[in-house]
Amino acid sequence: MNIKLKIWRQKNAQAKGKFENYSLEDVSPEMGFLEMLDYLNQKLIKSGGEPVAYEHDCREGICGSCGMYINGRPHGPEAKTTTCELRMRSFKDGDTITIEPFRSRMFPIIKDLLIDRTAFEKILIAGGFISADTGSAPEANSILVCKKHADKAFDMATCIGCGACVAACKNSSAMLFVSAKINQYALLPQGKIEAPERVKKMVAKMDELGFGSCSNTYACEAECPKGISVSAIAKMNREFLHAKLIAED
Amino acid sequence: MTKLNAKIPSGPLSEKWSNYKNSLRLVNPANKKRIDVIVIGTGLSGASASSTLGEMGYNVKTFCYQDTPRRAHSVAAQGGINAAKNYKNDGDSVFRLFYDMIKGGDFRAREANVYRAAEVSNDVIDHYVALGVPFARDYSGYIDNRSFGGVQVSRTFYAKGQTGQQCVLGTYSSLLRQVNKGTVKLYARRDVLDIVIVNGKARGVITRNLVTGEIERHSAHAVVLATGGYGTVYYLSTLAVNSNASAAWAAYKKGAFFGNPSFVQIHPTSIPVLNDFQSKLTLMSESLRNDGRVWVPKQKGDKRIPKDIPEEERDYYLERRYPAFGNLVPRDVASRAAKERCDAGYGVGPTGLSVYLDFKDAINKQGQKAIENKYGNLFDMYEKISGENPYKTPMRIYPAGHYTMGGLWVDYNLMTTVPGLYAIGESNFSDHGANRLGAGSLMQCSCDGFFILPYTISDYLADDIRTGKIPVDTPEFDDAEKSIKEKIQRILSVNGKDTPLDYHKRLGKIMWDYCGMVRNEEGLKKAIGLLSDLKVDFWNNIKVAGKDNELNLELEKALRVADFIELAKLMCIDALNRKESCGAHFREESQTENGEARRQDEAYSFVAAWEHKGDDVEPELHKELLVFENVELKERSYK
Repeated sequence: MNIKLKIWRQKNAQAKGKFENYSLEDVSPEMGFLEMLDYLNQKLIKSGGEPVAYEHDCREGICGSCGMYINGRPHGPEAKTTTCELRMRSFKDGDTITIEPFRSRMFPIIKDLLIDRTAFEKILIAGGFISADTGSAPEANSILVCKKHADKAFDMATCIGCGACVAACKNSSAMLFVSAKINQYALLPQGKIEAPERVKKMVAKMDELGFGSCSNTYACEAECPKGISVSAIAKMNREFLHAKLIAED
Repeated sequence: MTKLNAKIPSGPLSEKWSNYKNSLRLVNPANKKRIDVIVIGTGLSGASASSTLGEMGYNVKTFCYQDTPRRAHSVAAQGGINAAKNYKNDGDSVFRLFYDMIKGGDFRAREANVYRAAEVSNDVIDHYVALGVPFARDYSGYIDNRSFGGVQVSRTFYAKGQTGQQCVLGTYSSLLRQVNKGTVKLYARRDVLDIVIVNGKARGVITRNLVTGEIERHSAHAVVLATGGYGTVYYLSTLAVNSNASAAWAAYKKGAFFGNPSFVQIHPTSIPVLNDFQSKLTLMSESLRNDGRVWVPKQKGDKRIPKDIPEEERDYYLERRYPAFGNLVPRDVASRAAKERCDAGYGVGPTGLSVYLDFKDAINKQGQKAIENKYGNLFDMYEKISGENPYKTPMRIYPAGHYTMGGLWVDYNLMTTVPGLYAIGESNFSDHGANRLGAGSLMQCSCDGFFILPYTISDYLADDIRTGKIPVDTPEFDDAEKSIKEKIQRILSVNGKDTPLDYHKRLGKIMWDYCGMVRNEEGLKKAIGLLSDLKVDFWNNIKVAGKDNELNLELEKALRVADFIELAKLMCIDALNRKESCGAHFREESQTENGEARRQDEAYSFVAAWEHKGDDVEPELHKELLVFENVELKERSYK
């Protein structure tokens, strides 16, 4: 199939970016979306041009590196699919595909489609952990965890930190990302002790960095490639209130 | 003849590690603050070592090429992590886990190291649970285990098909806790391009800041490589596409011996190559072979769709050849059998390079719901990639390069032949012999990083309490930086016609054809010649777009491919030298009448450790003889 591409090009963080148009022939439907970009880059390099910079690594939907706006949606048209899992069979011959970096003031552009997501890490550094030193752990089965809670904790823990939730949100809110981590630990007995402190520290850091608030549009849930539910946000709010009102006594 | 000293402690196998730990020197808390350690890589081994060393009070500087440590490729491990807990009361023990690893590795691993890993495996599970890793549980709240990789006990801890991801996130959280405390400083988006040696000891690294292109100097009292494997030497593999061997290769060139470089595990169940542009092969967990049956048509070149091929015209070749184990034979056996059928013209799919993995019988017997519960996420993943529904039509699979048992040679302390330079996790050669058991890699990485290296490195660092900061304005750092800058300028100035991707593909084809699942003398000699030519061609015709002082993904690739081409040659030299078949290394000249692998213990019961003698000079082989005092060497048979 033949396709047309409209890609955001920006030399570096300071430069002013703009869309450039390209056309590609002989794209096969089995190609991965990123393989299509590799194909474009090979052509650009061989004709003396600059290849399009984009982030990627595992190419199987688990590392969370990739992520771009494809026709206005984070990770493109398919549900629960990362950019690297997307195949060209999701598009038609003659299509024009618009490709941009994740658009959020919280994720500054480094080059072309490549962005800086270190703000996520700063929130986790503030408290996204259980404080257990190596060597201090008790026998694993001395901590029993009810299966329902263990399974829910797992669902929360499947977040790959790609940032699609923030990119999808008109407020650039990180509530889905933060709540997933808060909930994972709050659901487990070994994480409960620090839960009030954890939620306060992580929420404070999230606010300090300038992430926006949640206004319940559910765009984050719709675009999350791992299908993490917005119910996590409600639970985080409950954890937060509990920490502020009750646990302080 | 040998310069190798594995430093294996004396005494009975089961007491070696505890006695040895008691003899190791300690560094007191006040002195730890005066000591710096560099850790390269943030997968399970690197992140666990960094966080544990940070907790102990050392100043840790941790580097990764990704934008954040959480993306390191341990994240992609699916099946699980082994430990000798014996929670299922099925007779498991530290000794049995040790024995299974030694046997699975086809008697080419070091007894003492493997036993130690089995011994500390239980501590690893305890620690992951404490960190909040959500392992699968029973309704009673106890942890569940499953059988994995064809062993007879259920010792594998798992979190659905995402065990690696969950262990990485647990380890990453403890790493960030140390960043919070200020004991670990993170340097993300850095490629480590050289190791700096001062007075014979590893004292620092040269890195390239991947955003600014700046060449940086970092010093420390010891350097730990946790850089993973080199499976991307095949271009197409199950690894993350940016995984590379450059730091390990720099270490080799600075005097660290490379152990068993040719030992590579080819995983039997990957989604096959679909087109020429393919950049990556996606693994389908081998747990699928518990319910899937592998077959090809009995008739050569049969182009009918699978459901039109009647039962009697199907060849379930694993069940035919290996009646005792059937579809559950070990990875190397399953891989070679698939290749044999495809090479003989019975392969299926558009390229003829794949075989069927069929769930029809399992679905008929257990119902679709049961299969969905077990493998739902894998079936979805398969459908996303191939566009075919595996509930309706068999999956197509083919082997793919996966895990490198070979790596930097280390002694019992996990130290390389360069004093102060350590290698942990997949980057070392130590625990998996010639073939790794399923769910063994997460285990080894975690054991090394959490519970082994922190003890052994302290013994070494005890000599450095009065050394003071290692300065970076010394001739050793000047020279290392200068040579890296020259290499970068050289690679940018060629301005030829072919891209790093072109070369990587060519390299991958040579390695897959001649140093893949099956090797022979003629092919390996041919490959060595082709690789020498490829190296010359690369340095005369490489085209790298962009400049050095900016984010330049092409330059990163070119530097990695240049190193891979050299490493590939060492792999072939090692494979040529080892004239036996063992584990994943199958030499055609060494097989039984039935076409099975024939190990040659008298001649090859050693670790091949290669010493760099200069560019384009033959490396020197050192042998570490393997002594087996606790197990009897047996032939692996799955008939």
